[in-house]
Amino acid sequence: MPELGWELKKGLAKKNPIFMLMLGLCPFLAISTSVENALGMSAAFSFVLLGSCLLVSCIRRWVPRNVRIPIFVVIISGFVTVTELLVRAYSPTLRERLGIFLPLITVNCIVLGRIEAFASRRSPLETVADALGMAGGFCLAITSVALIRELVGTGGISFFGHTWTLLAQSIYGFQLSPGGFIVMGVILAALKKKGVI
Amino acid sequence: MENLLSIFLTSMLINNIVLTRYIGLCPFFGISRNLANSGMMGLAVTFVMLGSCTVTWFVNQFLLAPFGVQYMRIVAFILVIASFVQLVEIIMRKALPKFYSAFGIYLPLITTNCAILAVNLINFDEAYSLPASLVNALGTGLGFMLAICLLAGLRERLESEELPRSMRGAPIAFISAGLLALAFQGFVGIG
Repeated sequence: MPELGWELKKGLAKKNPIFMLMLGLCPFLAISTSVENALGMSAAFSFVLLGSCLLVSCIRRWVPRNVRIPIFVVIISGFVTVTELLVRAYSPTLRERLGIFLPLITVNCIVLGRIEAFASRRSPLETVADALGMAGGFCLAITSVALIRELVGTGGISFFGHTWTLLAQSIYGFQLSPGGFIVMGVILAALKKKGVI
Repeated sequence: MENLLSIFLTSMLINNIVLTRYIGLCPFFGISRNLANSGMMGLAVTFVMLGSCTVTWFVNQFLLAPFGVQYMRIVAFILVIASFVQLVEIIMRKALPKFYSAFGIYLPLITTNCAILAVNLINFDEAYSLPASLVNALGTGLGFMLAICLLAGLRERLESEELPRSMRGAPIAFISAGLLALAFQGFVGIG
């Protein structure tokens, strides 16, 4: 199954939702302040993306063309509500950290974009491969930016209770909003220099 | 009165929705190439925020709260926003065709603008009264307009500058936004 492998892999690099398509920037920049938060956001995002894409792909034959967007939005917000209730029940600290960005997954352009461009036209199997790839690409991007921002912003990495201090000096501005924009700008410039985008 | 003023200033400057809270970045980078379009987008966003916040306040007060189903707020709010935008589009096309040709293309984009849903959720979380919700919506909308117009002004000037090839386009836009955000950090002192 060569195509299935491609659908899975394209989200990671060639069509990375963040760096290549520049979608879903809000949670990406807001939550990339620490690696732990980034992984939490990725988990919640992946669940919503996978669930809603799979459901849309299964019911795609019965969705009338001209009311498809409201139907998709209701499906997505349903999955977000489920995720919110699950997170509230099992990890109140994660809920506190993700804050408003957990409900805002509803209007994340990656989810609606993948549904509209891919899940509403393809079989469930291909859709799952595509969604997994996109979720992986999101996770890769947000974790790598979080790594830079946490390292420079706090001088170390903390991960599930363990803290490693690696830098003697830290620049707190990287944890605040200006840092996120600037790190993203520098990464994009580096990618452009390499000729990737 | 004082309380409303502080909500207004906080939502517009101190907690600027784009530059401090990181919400609504897609239109912020997507439309900010041109100052006139950015101003129009800002006005449209402010208008939809005010309208949708009024409706969601009533929906919450008389539909969600009495039945204790506040966990359904995301589904309810997104439906209100989507139908409100659709309604505004239809009314505008019939009644104000001139306005429609200027605003029209921005309206569908607004449905998926996370800033709109965010301001409704903030009003809900803070349990604001109707006047406070409206002031918060107005401040947030004007803050969005201010930020997008500032960035558009910067980008228009950068167009004519000699930039290194790898910095052109998106990278320099992000770095300009970072510097703007740094400037907005100065407002924290007001609060």
